[in-house]
Amino acid sequence: MTNLKRRTFIRAAGAAAALGTLGFPSLVLGASRRVVVVGGGVGGCTAAKYLRKLDPSIAVTLIESKPAYTSCFMSNEVLSGERTLQSLTFGYEGLRGYGIDVLQDTVVGIDPETRQVQTAGGRAFGYDACVVSPGVGFKWDAIEGYDEQVANQSIPHAWYAGPQTQLLHNQIKAMPEGGHVIIVAPPDPFKCPPGPYERASQIALYCKHHKPRAKITILDAKDAFSKQALYIEGWTKLYGYGTDNSMIQWLGAAAGGTVEALDPSTRTLTGLVEDFQGDVINIIPPQKAGAIAFAADLADGDWCPVDKRTFESSRHKGIYVLGDASSAATMPKSAYAANSQAKVAAAAIVASFQGKEPDDPTFVNTCYSVVGEDFGISVAAVYRLNAETNTIESIPGSGGVSPTQASPEIRKREVSYAHSWFKNVINDMME
Amino acid sequence: MENMNNNETLHKSARHVLLAVLAVLPAAVSAGPSGQAMAFTCAGCHGTDGSSVGPSMPAIAGMDPEVFVDAMKAYREDERNASIMNRIAKAYSDEQLKEMGWFFASQRLNLFPQTYDAALAERGAQLHDEYCEKCHEKGGRPGDAGTLAGQWMPYLHYSMEDFLNGKRKWPRKMQRKVDAAIEAAGDTAIPALINYYGSQQ
Repeated sequence: MTNLKRRTFIRAAGAAAALGTLGFPSLVLGASRRVVVVGGGVGGCTAAKYLRKLDPSIAVTLIESKPAYTSCFMSNEVLSGERTLQSLTFGYEGLRGYGIDVLQDTVVGIDPETRQVQTAGGRAFGYDACVVSPGVGFKWDAIEGYDEQVANQSIPHAWYAGPQTQLLHNQIKAMPEGGHVIIVAPPDPFKCPPGPYERASQIALYCKHHKPRAKITILDAKDAFSKQALYIEGWTKLYGYGTDNSMIQWLGAAAGGTVEALDPSTRTLTGLVEDFQGDVINIIPPQKAGAIAFAADLADGDWCPVDKRTFESSRHKGIYVLGDASSAATMPKSAYAANSQAKVAAAAIVASFQGKEPDDPTFVNTCYSVVGEDFGISVAAVYRLNAETNTIESIPGSGGVSPTQASPEIRKREVSYAHSWFKNVINDMME
Repeated sequence: MENMNNNETLHKSARHVLLAVLAVLPAAVSAGPSGQAMAFTCAGCHGTDGSSVGPSMPAIAGMDPEVFVDAMKAYREDERNASIMNRIAKAYSDEQLKEMGWFFASQRLNLFPQTYDAALAERGAQLHDEYCEKCHEKGGRPGDAGTLAGQWMPYLHYSMEDFLNGKRKWPRKMQRKVDAAIEAAGDTAIPALINYYGSQQ
């Protein structure tokens, strides 16, 4: 039964493939197409893997400045001590196994006319299509007194997982028993919208066990945030939120949460209304597309406009911009969104090589947050293209966040699913 | 197709051929994303092509297409206890679910090692043979009663929890069989069965 099933499928697929190549003899003659992928994060890795999966004749080169990938998703669990940074770090061997040439170098320029990518190492790579997935960069001029050097030394952003994540964890461990942690949350749009609030939750989880008199203040440039009702439900249940003894305090913009300046020597933040002093300060700066997006003239304002059917740049043909750096509202800047966009772009690139029109795209986002012990929450959405307006829209009646007041059983399962989500996203992008 | 019911194998084969033809044809003529493109969006949770690397999200590669469609419809109509799948399933039409179902049915299921209790698994194998094998054939390998063999154990645990707590509708005869297994082996019946399925790697 299974054999018949498979045979039938292969026969049908074979017929379709034969029809597909008839009109394009150049492909049969073996003119191998080249794709250069800039950036070894979720978007870049997924695009590279799926390009090879969809058409193994395509030569794919992925250029990434770091020797290994460290995921930012799940890195809040490093802050609580629930996991190590090591457990978030993965080499690129899996992608090499798909026949992808993974090079450690930094892309400094892309010439859309000659179709060449230039690297800091002095190399040049020609391409038929280029995928750019650089993630976010930071607006270092937004908060006076805060710059990259301060972030590396004493006031980490930890919005890319790595040494700063470890530094922040160590600072929380070393602070006094009744210490005060301040998280400065950025204005929209930014990478991982629920992330600052999961961060506060995971730090609270650590403090609950090790420093129960500690306080965490979130200073926010916004008046609302992702999964807000669910976070507040979790904080109320787990960390005394809403009582005089609450471990977590959230100050939105209307309550004076906007921060204008930092004095790193006294760990004092200047807010619009008052000053705040902390034992540990974590500033997540306002964001824009990663540096190469500006060097390659792909950005318009802070982000890179794209054709939502293919994720090809609206500014330069043949270049596809994925993930956090792209302007892809209403999709959030999340790992799952980048993973989903990468598959759409990969299929569109393969179609363009075959002289075909790209299919209608389909996208999904799912994102889990672990608020504390046995308390997981999620958001999900399925998106489609509105071709008339070149916008991505959530399919009506679908998606949304976990229900409020869900059973303890479901909250517990969502923690388990959060960890499974992590493993499967890593699997799908690079294993 | 009704007159083929006397030969179930032929019936199923014909059904799968029909599904295959339906899955291949519409993509060429109608707008909307392909079954493959929709199935690709599932991989961030269920693994590439549906082979979940665990530890709790279920593998859906190699899944019987009708089981897939029935499960998704049940989620869509809020008839199955869900954490997230009800919200996702509401985005898809019957036709789209069929196309995704066919995609996953034609994928090879890669199984991954799980930690299991060997003694429990042995007891579970006996219970399976006696109470489950008739519907979950070949030790629970993918078939028209779902995939149990090699399925991620936390997911099997959640499923059984939902059946036993009245949060999921029992398929025909299953409640009677599970009751009988519990009668025979007491509290160890369900863990034994789950460890047995988890031991098949």
